[in-house]
Amino acid sequence: MRPLIIDSVLGAIGKRTISVFKTIHNVSTLLNNIAYWTVVSPLRGKRIRFKATVSEIVKAGYNAIPIVTVIAFFVGIILALQSAYQLRKFGAIIYVANLLGVSITRELGPIITAIIVAGRSGSAFAAEIGSMKASEEVDALVTMGINPIRFLVVPKLLALMLMQPALTAIFDLVGIGGGFFLSISLLEITPHRYYTQTINAILVKDLMTGLVKAWAFGVVITCVGAYHGFQVEAGAEEVGLRTTASVVSSIFLVIFFDFFFTTLFYYFL
Amino acid sequence: METAIDVKGMTTYYGEREVLKNLTLSIPRAKTTVIVGGSGCGKTTLLKHLISLLKPAKGTIEVNGKNIAGMFGSDLDEFRKKMGVLFQGAALLNSLTLTENVALPLREHTRLKEPVIDIIVRMKLDLVGLSGFGNFYPSQLSGGMKKRAGIARAMAMDPELLFFDEPSAGLDPVTAAGLDELILKLHKAFSLTLVVVTHELASIFTIADYVIMLDAGNIVFMGNLDELKASSHPKVRVFLERKAEEEFLSPEEYFKIISGS
Repeated sequence: MRPLIIDSVLGAIGKRTISVFKTIHNVSTLLNNIAYWTVVSPLRGKRIRFKATVSEIVKAGYNAIPIVTVIAFFVGIILALQSAYQLRKFGAIIYVANLLGVSITRELGPIITAIIVAGRSGSAFAAEIGSMKASEEVDALVTMGINPIRFLVVPKLLALMLMQPALTAIFDLVGIGGGFFLSISLLEITPHRYYTQTINAILVKDLMTGLVKAWAFGVVITCVGAYHGFQVEAGAEEVGLRTTASVVSSIFLVIFFDFFFTTLFYYFL
Repeated sequence: METAIDVKGMTTYYGEREVLKNLTLSIPRAKTTVIVGGSGCGKTTLLKHLISLLKPAKGTIEVNGKNIAGMFGSDLDEFRKKMGVLFQGAALLNSLTLTENVALPLREHTRLKEPVIDIIVRMKLDLVGLSGFGNFYPSQLSGGMKKRAGIARAMAMDPELLFFDEPSAGLDPVTAAGLDELILKLHKAFSLTLVVVTHELASIFTIADYVIMLDAGNIVFMGNLDELKASSHPKVRVFLERKAEEEFLSPEEYFKIISGS
Protein backbone atom coordinates (compact mmCIF):
# COMPACT_ATOMS: atom_id res chain seq x y z
CA MET A 1 0.00 0.00 0.00
CA ARG A 2 1.22 3.49 -0.83
CA PRO A 3 1.83 5.75 2.17
CA LEU A 4 -0.42 8.78 2.44
CA ILE A 5 0.99 12.13 1.28
CA ILE A 6 0.69 13.58 4.77
CA ASP A 7 2.69 10.59 6.10
CA SER A 8 5.51 11.08 3.64
CA VAL A 9 5.64 14.85 4.21
CA LEU A 10 5.77 14.46 7.98
CA GLY A 11 8.23 11.61 7.54
CA ALA A 12 10.53 13.80 5.45
CA ILE A 13 10.39 16.62 8.01
CA GLY A 14 11.09 14.17 10.81
CA LYS A 15 14.04 12.60 9.00
CA ARG A 16 15.58 16.01 8.28
CA THR A 17 15.12 17.11 11.89
CA ILE A 18 16.69 13.92 13.21
CA SER A 19 19.67 14.28 10.89
CA VAL A 20 20.17 17.93 11.93
CA PHE A 21 20.11 16.94 15.60
CA LYS A 22 22.49 14.07 14.88
CA THR A 23 24.95 16.48 13.28
CA ILE A 24 24.65 18.85 16.25
CA HIS A 25 25.20 15.92 18.59
CA ASN A 26 28.25 14.69 16.66
CA VAL A 27 29.80 18.15 16.47
CA SER A 28 29.29 18.92 20.14
CA THR A 29 30.60 15.50 21.23
CA LEU A 30 33.70 16.06 19.12
CA LEU A 31 34.27 19.58 20.47
CA ASN A 32 33.75 18.36 24.01
CA ASN A 33 36.24 15.52 23.50
CA ILE A 34 38.80 17.79 21.85
CA ALA A 35 38.54 20.26 24.73
CA TYR A 36 38.85 17.44 27.27
CA TRP A 37 41.90 15.82 25.70
CA THR A 38 43.63 19.14 25.02
CA VAL A 39 43.03 20.94 28.30
CA VAL A 40 41.75 18.63 31.06
CA SER A 41 43.61 15.36 30.46
CA PRO A 42 47.14 16.92 30.41
CA LEU A 43 46.28 18.50 33.77
CA ARG A 44 45.41 15.03 35.05
CA GLY A 45 48.87 13.81 34.10
CA LYS A 46 48.19 12.20 30.68
CA ARG A 47 51.15 13.08 28.50
CA ILE A 48 50.69 15.08 25.31
CA ARG A 49 52.37 13.50 22.28
CA PHE A 50 55.21 15.97 22.03
CA LYS A 51 57.05 14.38 19.07
CA ALA A 52 53.87 14.14 17.02
CA THR A 53 53.10 17.78 17.81
CA VAL A 54 56.52 18.85 16.56
CA SER A 55 56.07 16.85 13.38
CA GLU A 56 52.66 18.49 12.82
CA ILE A 57 54.24 21.90 13.42
CA VAL A 58 56.74 21.14 10.67
CA LYS A 59 54.10 19.78 8.27
CA ALA A 60 51.36 22.36 8.80
CA GLY A 61 53.47 25.36 9.77
CA TYR A 62 57.09 25.30 8.65
CA ASN A 63 56.37 23.74 5.25
CA ALA A 64 53.70 26.37 4.56
CA ILE A 65 56.12 29.29 4.96
CA PRO A 66 57.20 29.47 1.25
CA ILE A 67 53.64 29.58 -0.13
CA VAL A 68 52.50 32.06 2.52
CA THR A 69 55.50 34.29 1.80
CA VAL A 70 54.95 34.34 -1.97
CA ILE A 71 51.21 35.00 -1.68
CA ALA A 72 51.75 37.69 0.96
CA PHE A 73 54.29 39.49 -1.21
CA PHE A 74 51.93 39.58 -4.20
CA VAL A 75 48.94 40.59 -2.11
CA GLY A 76 51.02 43.46 -0.73
CA ILE A 77 51.91 44.66 -4.21
CA ILE A 78 48.34 44.29 -5.52
CA LEU A 79 46.89 46.14 -2.57
CA ALA A 80 49.41 48.98 -2.90
CA LEU A 81 48.60 49.35 -6.60
CA GLN A 82 44.85 49.27 -6.06
CA SER A 83 44.92 51.84 -3.29
CA ALA A 84 47.32 54.07 -5.20
CA TYR A 85 44.83 54.02 -8.09
CA GLN A 86 42.27 55.81 -5.89
CA LEU A 87 44.50 57.81 -3.56
CA ARG A 88 46.47 59.38 -6.43
CA LYS A 89 43.32 61.37 -7.38
CA PHE A 90 43.52 63.19 -4.05
CA GLY A 91 47.29 63.51 -3.99
CA ALA A 92 47.17 61.38 -0.89
CA ILE A 93 49.44 58.65 -2.16
CA ILE A 94 51.43 58.47 1.09
CA TYR A 95 48.32 57.00 2.73
CA VAL A 96 48.99 53.79 0.78
CA ALA A 97 51.22 52.94 3.75
CA ASN A 98 48.40 53.42 6.29
CA LEU A 99 45.83 51.56 4.24
CA LEU A 100 48.15 48.66 3.57
CA GLY A 101 49.46 48.37 7.12
CA VAL A 102 46.08 48.43 8.78
CA SER A 103 44.16 46.29 6.29
CA ILE A 104 46.82 43.58 6.20
CA THR A 105 47.39 43.30 9.94
CA ARG A 106 43.73 43.56 10.90
CA GLU A 107 42.08 41.62 8.11
CA LEU A 108 43.89 40.28 5.08
CA GLY A 109 46.77 38.64 6.90
CA PRO A 110 44.62 36.44 9.14
CA ILE A 111 42.01 35.59 6.53
CA ILE A 112 44.22 34.80 3.55
CA THR A 113 46.58 32.77 5.74
CA ALA A 114 43.57 30.88 7.10
CA ILE A 115 42.36 30.11 3.58
CA ILE A 116 45.82 28.86 2.59
CA VAL A 117 46.05 26.68 5.71
CA ALA A 118 42.50 25.37 5.27
CA GLY A 119 43.39 24.29 1.74
CA ARG A 120 46.76 22.84 2.71
CA SER A 121 46.35 21.37 6.19
CA GLY A 122 42.61 21.24 6.90
CA SER A 123 42.12 19.03 3.86
CA ALA A 124 45.14 16.93 4.83
CA PHE A 125 43.72 16.40 8.34
CA ALA A 126 40.37 15.27 6.94
CA ALA A 127 42.00 12.97 4.38
CA GLU A 128 44.42 11.46 6.91
CA ILE A 129 41.83 10.77 9.59
CA GLY A 130 39.27 9.69 6.98
CA SER A 131 41.52 7.12 5.35
CA MET A 132 42.57 5.83 8.77
CA LYS A 133 38.89 5.44 9.60
CA ALA A 134 38.24 3.63 6.31
CA SER A 135 41.09 1.17 6.87
CA GLU A 136 40.01 0.41 10.48
CA GLU A 137 43.14 2.08 11.89
CA VAL A 138 40.99 4.30 14.11
CA ASP A 139 39.14 1.19 15.37
CA ALA A 140 42.51 -0.42 16.04
CA LEU A 141 43.55 2.58 18.16
CA VAL A 142 40.31 2.36 20.12
CA THR A 143 40.73 -1.37 20.78
CA MET A 144 44.27 -0.71 22.00
CA GLY A 145 42.75 1.65 24.56
CA ILE A 146 44.25 4.71 22.82
CA ASN A 147 41.87 7.61 22.37
CA PRO A 148 41.93 8.65 18.69
CA ILE A 149 41.24 12.30 19.56
CA ARG A 150 44.23 12.46 21.88
CA PHE A 151 46.37 10.49 19.45
CA LEU A 152 45.42 12.20 16.19
CA VAL A 153 43.66 15.51 16.79
CA VAL A 154 45.39 17.09 19.80
CA PRO A 155 48.86 17.28 18.17
CA LYS A 156 47.33 18.89 15.09
CA LEU A 157 45.32 21.33 17.19
CA LEU A 158 48.32 22.42 19.26
CA ALA A 159 50.39 22.75 16.09
CA LEU A 160 47.87 25.02 14.39
CA MET A 161 47.20 27.03 17.58
CA LEU A 162 50.87 27.91 17.47
CA MET A 163 51.54 28.07 13.75
CA GLN A 164 48.41 29.89 12.53
CA PRO A 165 49.38 33.12 14.37
CA ALA A 166 53.02 32.56 13.38
CA LEU A 167 52.17 32.21 9.69
CA THR A 168 49.87 35.21 9.95
CA ALA A 169 52.70 37.27 11.45
CA ILE A 170 54.91 36.23 8.53
CA PHE A 171 52.12 37.19 6.12
CA ASP A 172 51.77 40.61 7.78
CA LEU A 173 55.47 41.30 7.57
CA VAL A 174 55.97 40.12 3.99
CA GLY A 175 52.71 41.71 2.78
CA ILE A 176 53.74 45.11 4.12
CA GLY A 177 57.16 44.44 2.64
CA GLY A 178 55.53 43.89 -0.76
CA GLY A 179 53.69 47.19 -0.50
CA PHE A 180 56.88 48.89 0.62
CA PHE A 181 58.77 47.46 -2.37
CA LEU A 182 56.17 48.77 -4.83
CA SER A 183 55.80 52.14 -3.15
CA ILE A 184 59.51 52.97 -3.13
CA SER A 185 59.98 51.83 -6.73
CA LEU A 186 56.85 52.81 -8.68
CA LEU A 187 55.03 55.25 -6.42
CA GLU A 188 58.16 57.27 -5.64
CA ILE A 189 57.69 57.37 -1.89
CA THR A 190 60.98 57.48 0.00
CA PRO A 191 61.71 54.40 2.11
CA HIS A 192 62.00 56.45 5.26
CA ARG A 193 58.65 58.18 4.80
CA TYR A 194 56.92 54.91 4.04
CA TYR A 195 58.49 53.33 7.11
CA THR A 196 57.53 56.12 9.55
CA GLN A 197 54.04 56.35 8.01
CA THR A 198 53.50 52.60 8.51
CA ILE A 199 54.87 52.59 12.06
CA ASN A 200 52.58 55.46 13.00
CA ALA A 201 49.54 53.90 11.34
CA ILE A 202 49.67 50.41 12.88
CA LEU A 203 48.68 50.16 16.53
CA VAL A 204 49.54 47.24 18.79
CA LYS A 205 45.78 46.70 18.95
CA ASP A 206 45.64 46.09 15.18
CA LEU A 207 48.36 43.47 15.38
CA MET A 208 46.88 41.76 18.40
CA THR A 209 43.32 41.51 17.04
CA GLY A 210 44.74 39.99 13.86
CA LEU A 211 46.73 37.39 15.77
CA VAL A 212 43.85 36.51 18.09
CA LYS A 213 41.68 35.94 15.03
CA ALA A 214 44.40 33.79 13.51
CA TRP A 215 44.53 31.65 16.65
CA ALA A 216 40.76 31.10 16.48
CA PHE A 217 40.97 30.25 12.77
CA GLY A 218 43.58 27.61 13.57
CA VAL A 219 41.20 26.00 16.05
CA VAL A 220 38.31 26.16 13.55
CA ILE A 221 40.33 24.59 10.73
CA THR A 222 41.55 21.69 12.90
CA CYS A 223 38.11 20.95 14.33
CA VAL A 224 36.43 21.02 10.93
CA GLY A 225 39.11 18.76 9.42
CA ALA A 226 38.81 16.34 12.33
CA TYR A 227 35.01 16.35 12.19
CA HIS A 228 34.90 15.47 8.50
CA GLY A 229 37.65 12.89 8.89
CA PHE A 230 35.81 11.06 11.65
CA GLN A 231 32.55 11.12 9.65
CA VAL A 232 34.05 8.77 7.03
CA GLU A 233 32.61 5.29 7.38
CA ALA A 234 34.23 3.41 4.53
CA GLY A 235 35.64 3.81 1.08
CA ALA A 236 37.93 6.07 -0.91
CA GLU A 237 35.09 8.04 -2.49
CA GLU A 238 33.85 9.18 0.89
CA VAL A 239 37.36 10.27 1.88
CA GLY A 240 37.42 12.49 -1.23
CA LEU A 241 33.98 13.94 -0.53
CA ARG A 242 34.81 14.65 3.10
CA THR A 243 38.13 16.27 2.16
CA THR A 244 36.35 18.66 -0.19
CA ALA A 245 33.63 19.30 2.38
CA SER A 246 36.23 20.09 5.03
CA VAL A 247 37.84 22.81 2.87
CA VAL A 248 34.50 24.35 1.94
CA SER A 249 33.14 24.38 5.46
CA SER A 250 36.36 25.57 7.08
CA ILE A 251 36.57 28.53 4.69
CA PHE A 252 32.92 29.30 5.40
CA LEU A 253 33.39 29.06 9.16
CA VAL A 254 36.61 31.09 9.04
CA ILE A 255 34.74 33.91 7.32
CA PHE A 256 31.84 33.59 9.74
CA PHE A 257 34.14 33.80 12.77
CA ASP A 258 35.97 36.69 11.11
CA PHE A 259 32.66 38.54 10.90
CA PHE A 260 31.98 37.73 14.54
CA PHE A 261 35.40 38.83 15.82
CA THR A 262 35.55 41.94 13.65
CA THR A 263 32.18 43.11 14.99
CA LEU A 264 33.31 42.34 18.52
CA PHE A 265 36.59 44.21 18.17
CA TYR A 266 34.89 47.14 16.42
CA TYR A 267 32.57 47.77 19.35
CA PHE A 268 34.70 46.74 22.30
CA LEU A 269 38.31 47.57 21.41
CA MET B 1 33.13 -25.59 30.97
CA GLU B 2 34.62 -22.38 32.34
CA THR B 3 33.54 -19.42 30.28
CA ALA B 4 35.49 -16.26 29.43
CA ILE B 5 32.69 -14.35 27.73
CA ASP B 6 28.96 -14.63 28.39
CA VAL B 7 26.52 -12.91 26.09
CA LYS B 8 22.89 -12.75 27.19
CA GLY B 9 19.92 -11.58 25.15
CA MET B 10 21.94 -9.30 22.88
CA THR B 11 20.03 -7.46 20.16
CA THR B 12 21.46 -4.93 17.71
CA TYR B 13 20.11 -2.75 14.96
CA TYR B 14 21.69 -1.02 11.98
CA GLY B 15 19.12 1.69 11.43
CA GLU B 16 15.84 -0.19 11.52
CA ARG B 17 17.28 -3.56 10.48
CA GLU B 18 17.75 -6.06 13.29
CA VAL B 19 21.24 -7.52 12.71
CA LEU B 20 21.68 -9.65 15.81
CA LYS B 21 18.53 -11.19 17.19
CA ASN B 22 18.46 -11.88 20.90
CA LEU B 23 21.76 -13.81 20.98
CA THR B 24 22.74 -15.81 24.04
CA LEU B 25 26.09 -17.55 23.87
CA SER B 26 29.18 -18.27 25.90
CA ILE B 27 32.79 -18.51 24.85
CA PRO B 28 34.94 -21.02 26.77
CA ARG B 29 38.14 -19.94 28.51
CA ALA B 30 41.53 -20.96 27.11
CA LYS B 31 39.98 -22.48 24.01
CA THR B 32 39.81 -21.42 20.38
CA THR B 33 36.26 -20.45 19.51
CA VAL B 34 35.42 -19.97 15.86
CA ILE B 35 32.43 -17.89 14.83
CA VAL B 36 31.31 -18.95 11.36
CA GLY B 37 28.54 -18.13 8.95
CA GLY B 38 27.95 -16.79 5.47
CA SER B 39 28.63 -13.21 4.45
CA GLY B 40 26.24 -10.74 6.04
CA CYS B 41 25.12 -13.09 8.81
CA GLY B 42 26.32 -10.68 11.50
CA LYS B 43 29.53 -12.40 12.58
CA THR B 44 31.76 -9.33 12.23
CA THR B 45 29.08 -7.28 14.00
CA LEU B 46 29.11 -9.82 16.83
CA LEU B 47 32.90 -9.52 17.04
CA LYS B 48 32.68 -5.72 17.16
CA HIS B 49 30.37 -6.06 20.14
CA LEU B 50 32.72 -8.47 21.90
CA ILE B 51 35.60 -5.97 21.55
CA SER B 52 33.24 -3.16 22.56
CA LEU B 53 33.51 -1.13 19.35
CA LEU B 54 29.73 -1.26 19.18
CA LYS B 55 27.22 -1.30 22.00
CA PRO B 56 24.16 -3.56 21.85
CA ALA B 57 20.67 -2.08 21.93
CA LYS B 58 19.66 -4.72 24.47
CA GLY B 59 21.39 -7.42 26.49
CA THR B 60 24.65 -7.88 28.35
CA ILE B 61 28.16 -8.95 27.39
CA GLU B 62 30.07 -10.24 30.40
CA VAL B 63 33.82 -10.66 30.15
CA ASN B 64 35.34 -12.20 33.28
CA GLY B 65 32.10 -11.41 35.07
CA LYS B 66 32.03 -7.71 34.14
CA ASN B 67 29.41 -6.31 31.79
CA ILE B 68 31.35 -4.43 29.08
CA ALA B 69 28.14 -3.25 27.40
CA GLY B 70 27.62 -0.86 30.32
CA MET B 71 31.26 0.24 30.59
CA PHE B 72 32.63 3.61 29.51
CA GLY B 73 35.78 5.71 29.62
CA SER B 74 38.71 4.53 31.68
CA ASP B 75 37.08 1.26 32.83
CA LEU B 76 36.70 0.30 29.21
CA ASP B 77 40.32 1.26 28.50
CA GLU B 78 41.45 -1.01 31.33
CA PHE B 79 39.48 -3.87 29.77
CA ARG B 80 40.96 -3.10 26.36
CA LYS B 81 44.51 -3.38 27.67
CA LYS B 82 43.80 -7.05 28.41
CA MET B 83 42.68 -7.92 24.91
CA GLY B 84 44.24 -7.95 21.47
CA VAL B 85 42.51 -7.64 18.12
CA LEU B 86 43.65 -8.52 14.61
CA PHE B 87 41.53 -6.62 12.09
CA GLN B 88 40.63 -7.88 8.65
CA GLY B 89 43.11 -5.58 6.90
CA ALA B 90 45.56 -5.80 9.85
CA ALA B 91 44.95 -2.03 10.44
CA LEU B 92 48.59 -1.22 11.15
CA LEU B 93 49.27 2.51 11.34
CA ASN B 94 50.76 3.29 7.94
CA SER B 95 52.80 6.23 9.16
CA LEU B 96 54.75 4.06 11.64
CA THR B 97 57.29 1.26 11.13
CA LEU B 98 56.53 -2.26 12.34
CA THR B 99 58.62 -1.70 15.47
CA GLU B 100 56.76 1.52 16.26
CA ASN B 101 53.43 -0.18 15.59
CA VAL B 102 54.14 -3.01 18.00
CA ALA B 103 55.67 -0.64 20.55
CA LEU B 104 52.67 1.73 20.41
CA PRO B 105 50.49 0.12 23.13
CA LEU B 106 53.56 -0.37 25.34
CA ARG B 107 54.60 3.27 24.98
CA GLU B 108 51.06 4.50 25.61
CA HIS B 109 50.11 2.29 28.54
CA THR B 110 53.31 1.43 30.37
CA ARG B 111 56.22 3.36 31.79
CA LEU B 112 58.77 0.85 30.52
CA LYS B 113 62.19 2.15 29.46
CA GLU B 114 62.95 2.23 25.73
CA PRO B 115 65.53 -0.63 25.85
CA VAL B 116 62.94 -2.88 27.54
CA ILE B 117 60.32 -1.96 24.96
CA ASP B 118 62.86 -2.74 22.21
CA ILE B 119 63.41 -6.22 23.62
CA ILE B 120 59.67 -6.92 23.97
CA VAL B 121 59.06 -5.73 20.39
CA ARG B 122 61.82 -8.00 19.05
CA MET B 123 60.35 -10.93 20.98
CA LYS B 124 56.87 -10.31 19.59
CA LEU B 125 58.12 -9.90 16.02
CA ASP B 126 60.15 -13.10 16.36
CA LEU B 127 57.08 -14.89 17.71
CA VAL B 128 55.19 -14.21 14.47
CA GLY B 129 58.24 -14.87 12.27
CA LEU B 130 59.02 -11.29 11.31
CA SER B 131 62.47 -10.87 12.88
CA GLY B 132 64.48 -8.32 10.92
CA PHE B 133 61.46 -6.53 9.47
CA GLY B 134 61.20 -4.00 12.30
CA ASN B 135 62.23 -1.03 10.19
CA PHE B 136 59.82 -1.76 7.36
CA TYR B 137 56.65 0.28 6.85
CA PRO B 138 53.33 -1.60 6.47
CA SER B 139 53.10 -0.57 2.80
CA GLN B 140 56.34 -2.46 2.11
CA LEU B 141 54.92 -5.79 3.33
CA SER B 142 52.75 -8.49 1.75
CA GLY B 143 49.22 -9.16 3.01
CA GLY B 144 50.28 -12.19 5.05
CA MET B 145 53.17 -10.33 6.67
CA LYS B 146 50.88 -7.44 7.59
CA LYS B 147 48.54 -9.85 9.36
CA ARG B 148 51.47 -11.39 11.23
CA ALA B 149 52.59 -7.93 12.26
CA GLY B 150 49.01 -7.20 13.32
CA ILE B 151 49.13 -10.30 15.55
CA ALA B 152 52.45 -9.12 17.02
CA ARG B 153 50.83 -5.78 17.89
CA ALA B 154 47.76 -7.49 19.35
CA MET B 155 50.10 -9.61 21.52
CA ALA B 156 52.19 -6.64 22.67
CA MET B 157 50.45 -6.20 26.01
CA ASP B 158 50.29 -9.98 26.70
CA PRO B 159 46.48 -10.10 26.50
CA GLU B 160 44.23 -12.75 27.99
CA LEU B 161 41.82 -12.55 25.09
CA LEU B 162 42.73 -12.46 21.43
CA PHE B 163 40.25 -11.71 18.64
CA PHE B 164 40.78 -12.33 14.93
CA ASP B 165 38.53 -10.90 12.23
CA GLU B 166 38.78 -13.08 9.12
CA PRO B 167 42.51 -13.84 9.45
CA SER B 168 42.67 -15.66 6.11
CA ALA B 169 40.61 -13.17 4.07
CA GLY B 170 42.44 -12.15 0.91
CA LEU B 171 45.35 -14.57 1.39
CA ASP B 172 46.49 -17.48 -0.78
CA PRO B 173 45.88 -20.97 0.70
CA VAL B 174 49.53 -21.50 1.68
CA THR B 175 49.83 -18.17 3.52
CA ALA B 176 46.43 -18.75 5.12
CA ALA B 177 47.57 -22.18 6.34
CA GLY B 178 50.71 -20.56 7.75
CA LEU B 179 48.55 -18.12 9.67
CA ASP B 180 46.41 -20.98 11.03
CA GLU B 181 49.61 -22.67 12.21
CA LEU B 182 50.61 -19.46 13.96
CA ILE B 183 47.22 -19.24 15.67
CA LEU B 184 47.58 -22.87 16.87
CA LYS B 185 51.10 -22.15 18.11
CA LEU B 186 49.96 -19.08 20.06
CA HIS B 187 47.11 -21.05 21.55
CA LYS B 188 49.42 -23.87 22.69
CA ALA B 189 52.19 -21.61 23.95
CA PHE B 190 50.11 -19.12 25.93
CA SER B 191 46.79 -20.96 26.46
CA LEU B 192 44.91 -17.83 25.49
CA THR B 193 41.21 -17.49 24.90
CA LEU B 194 40.98 -17.01 21.15
CA VAL B 195 37.95 -15.88 19.19
CA VAL B 196 38.25 -16.22 15.42
CA VAL B 197 35.68 -15.01 12.91
CA THR B 198 36.01 -16.82 9.60
CA HIS B 199 34.20 -18.53 6.78
CA GLU B 200 37.11 -20.71 5.64
CA LEU B 201 36.22 -24.38 6.11
CA ALA B 202 39.89 -25.44 6.19
CA SER B 203 40.64 -22.96 8.98
CA ILE B 204 37.69 -24.11 11.04
CA PHE B 205 38.82 -27.74 11.06
CA THR B 206 42.44 -26.83 11.83
CA ILE B 207 42.07 -24.37 14.68
CA ALA B 208 38.63 -24.69 16.27
CA ASP B 209 37.89 -26.22 19.68
CA TYR B 210 34.43 -24.78 19.76
CA VAL B 211 32.22 -23.50 16.94
CA ILE B 212 29.39 -20.98 16.92
CA MET B 213 27.46 -20.67 13.69
CA LEU B 214 25.32 -17.67 12.84
CA ASP B 215 22.73 -17.28 10.15
CA ALA B 216 20.82 -14.04 9.54
CA GLY B 217 21.49 -12.83 13.08
CA ASN B 218 20.47 -16.07 14.80
CA ILE B 219 22.62 -18.82 16.29
CA VAL B 220 22.03 -22.04 14.40
CA PHE B 221 24.75 -24.14 16.00
CA MET B 222 27.00 -24.17 19.09
CA GLY B 223 29.31 -27.03 19.97
CA ASN B 224 32.65 -28.73 19.29
CA LEU B 225 33.96 -29.97 15.95
CA ASP B 226 32.58 -33.50 16.26
CA GLU B 227 29.15 -32.16 17.05
CA LEU B 228 29.47 -29.80 14.07
CA LYS B 229 30.26 -32.70 11.72
CA ALA B 230 27.38 -34.73 13.12
CA SER B 231 24.87 -31.88 13.06
CA SER B 232 21.85 -32.39 10.85
CA HIS B 233 20.74 -28.75 10.86
CA PRO B 234 20.11 -27.84 7.20
CA LYS B 235 22.04 -24.54 7.46
CA VAL B 236 25.07 -26.35 8.90
CA ARG B 237 24.94 -29.03 6.20
CA VAL B 238 24.72 -26.40 3.44
CA PHE B 239 27.71 -24.57 4.92
CA LEU B 240 29.86 -27.67 5.40
CA GLU B 241 29.06 -29.14 2.01
CA ARG B 242 29.59 -25.79 0.25
CA LYS B 243 26.22 -25.94 -1.47
CA ALA B 244 24.73 -22.84 -3.02
CA GLU B 245 21.49 -21.98 -1.32
CA GLU B 246 18.68 -21.77 -3.79
CA GLU B 247 15.80 -19.56 -3.01
CA PHE B 248 12.52 -21.05 -4.12
CA LEU B 249 10.01 -18.50 -5.38
CA SER B 250 6.46 -19.13 -6.36
CA PRO B 251 5.27 -17.53 -9.64
CA GLU B 252 3.24 -14.99 -7.62
CA GLU B 253 6.29 -13.98 -5.56
CA TYR B 254 8.42 -13.68 -8.67
CA PHE B 255 5.75 -11.49 -10.27
CA LYS B 256 5.82 -9.27 -7.18
CA ILE B 257 9.60 -8.83 -7.49
CA ILE B 258 9.60 -7.91 -11.16
CA SER B 259 6.60 -5.62 -10.92
CA GLY B 260 8.21 -3.86 -7.95
CA SER B 261 5.09 -3.82 -5.82
